[in-house]
Amino acid sequence: MDRVGKSVLLAGLFAAPWVLSPYDLSLVGRFLALALPSLGVMWVWGYAGVLSLGQGVFFGLGGYALAMHLKVVGLPGGELPDFMVWNGLTTLPWWWAPFRSAFFSLLMVVLLPAASATALGFLLFRRRVTGVYVSLITQALALAFSTLLISQQGLTGGFNGLTDFTTFLGADVTSADFHRVLYWVTAALVASVVLGTRWVLGTDFGRLLLAMREAENRVRFLGYDPAPCKVAAFATSAVLAGAGGALFTLHVGVVSPAQVGVVPSIEMVIWAALGGRTNPVGVVAATVVGNLVKDRISSALPDAWLYLAGLLFIATVLAGPALGRWRTRLRGRPTSLRPEQEVAYVR
Amino acid sequence: MQELALALGQLFNGLSVGSILLLVGLGLALSFGLMRVINMAHGELLMVGGYLAYLVHASMPGALSPVVALVVGFWGAGLLGALLEWLVIRHLYGRPLDTLLATWGVGLLLQQAARNLFGPTGVEVTAPTWLQGAFTVNHGMLAALSLPHVRFFVLAVSAAVLLGLWALLYGTRLGLYVRSVNQDREVSSTLGIPTPWVDRAVFALGAGLAGAGGAALALVSPVTPTVGQSYIVDAFLVVILGGVGSLLGTALASALVGVLSSALQVFTSVSFSKVLLLVSVVAFLQIRPKGLIWVRSRTLEEGSHG
Repeated sequence: MDRVGKSVLLAGLFAAPWVLSPYDLSLVGRFLALALPSLGVMWVWGYAGVLSLGQGVFFGLGGYALAMHLKVVGLPGGELPDFMVWNGLTTLPWWWAPFRSAFFSLLMVVLLPAASATALGFLLFRRRVTGVYVSLITQALALAFSTLLISQQGLTGGFNGLTDFTTFLGADVTSADFHRVLYWVTAALVASVVLGTRWVLGTDFGRLLLAMREAENRVRFLGYDPAPCKVAAFATSAVLAGAGGALFTLHVGVVSPAQVGVVPSIEMVIWAALGGRTNPVGVVAATVVGNLVKDRISSALPDAWLYLAGLLFIATVLAGPALGRWRTRLRGRPTSLRPEQEVAYVR
Repeated sequence: MQELALALGQLFNGLSVGSILLLVGLGLALSFGLMRVINMAHGELLMVGGYLAYLVHASMPGALSPVVALVVGFWGAGLLGALLEWLVIRHLYGRPLDTLLATWGVGLLLQQAARNLFGPTGVEVTAPTWLQGAFTVNHGMLAALSLPHVRFFVLAVSAAVLLGLWALLYGTRLGLYVRSVNQDREVSSTLGIPTPWVDRAVFALGAGLAGAGGAALALVSPVTPTVGQSYIVDAFLVVILGGVGSLLGTALASALVGVLSSALQVFTSVSFSKVLLLVSVVAFLQIRPKGLIWVRSRTLEEGSHG
């Protein structure tokens, strides 16, 4: 995309609150928040070549970290969040207490996903666990995380999750003004990730990451250790997912196990695949447009959506390389760095 | 000795869960070992087998219906697997991560189709009289121990399948082809082995095994549109633990996962046992990153191309 097109897109993104109705704005806002985890998938899958099917866990860590703050903020001292009272708890669990501080909670939104992804990534990549093994283990993680959340009803709100938020940083979370500001924050974050991606890819770290994706052993023979590189990409993707989870929680007003399990984790991957896997603008567009389509169809014909989703998965994957070749022929040069496309270009 | 009886009963339950996992895991391990393809719709093939068993039991109740259901489940799911390989999988060889996503889509389609055909709640099968009842101990050391007959049947079926598969792989021409392609695809192909047909046969065989597993499962628990989802993640862990494409490893790992998860459920809740199971698998991979049993190879890059 040329400079003019990009500027128009950015301007449109920031002018949206004056153009769209509050309802449509809230839809676009929450779908932009969902673009962050998809951008995370782009990092870990598109650039590092590791397909994680457990991004919902990091999305959930971010979302729950913020939701815990929203549940306890504004509560008079000694009182408990509503769901704890219903479950017969009498004192606030010790690990809930620090979440009274907004600063601590925002720190945790970033730190919890980063730390857990670093720990898991270190365990897996250091032992050279690769390919589908990583995908299957992360998927098991997503399943375990969501079942755990559901089972601990008194501590996590169980199946219903955490909801009924009132204020955040002193603002009323249901007001239109709050949602307008929230939209801008989300849009600004998405835009800076998209712009920042290009910059990071140009650094030594970015080059090493792509080289490692193409030929891990050759990179190893050149004296680099691929493990820290992969861990860094995995942690980046986790932080993006966590930030998306926190913003999504604010947009929707609820966080629940239904948003962190196996199915939503795979959905994040499919938007990234649909958007071209390595193209940040494409990934954001695919997430927003795809979710808008999903919203319209699934509210009108709930059954049809699942059939369509199934076909979408199959078609996206089968058509992927063909689409890449077509794009290359159209422009006369590869638009992204996928190996099939590079091969097609060289031929 | 109430505790001993309880522990033995739980061990037995664990083994019977493990035997279903074995039927699911064998198919996954076969196609992963041979083609580096992970079939996310494998759980749905289990579901298809379960629904076929339900239809068999409903249309011809009688002493033989569990056996007929096994055969119908095997062939029904096997043919569906062959179709799936022909329509989708064969276009994706060499792209294992893409196959994950495409087959997930297939799984969604099958689940929704089951929901529309049979309703969302699930169906139940009543076992014929010779499978009802249980082997019980009334006195002595093991009083209160009760081992249901259907679970013995499920165990026997998976033991028979394991033996049959072993005979197929080591006693027939097809088995020779499969082992040959497993070792070196290019060389096998130059020797005249029709590798695309071997792939399809193995994929269909794996699907059929899952279908038979579904028919066995229908005897012990209700069949729902999402029944595949509840077994598939554990079956993946079995494949990872067992080592790539190793029959013996898969058998050991499924017994291990089945027994371990039911043992953990005695001490903690179901959800915590899932977490602990995952933690143990990741910890195990620190010691043996390639699983329990693997074939030594001098190949540098092994199926790691995404």
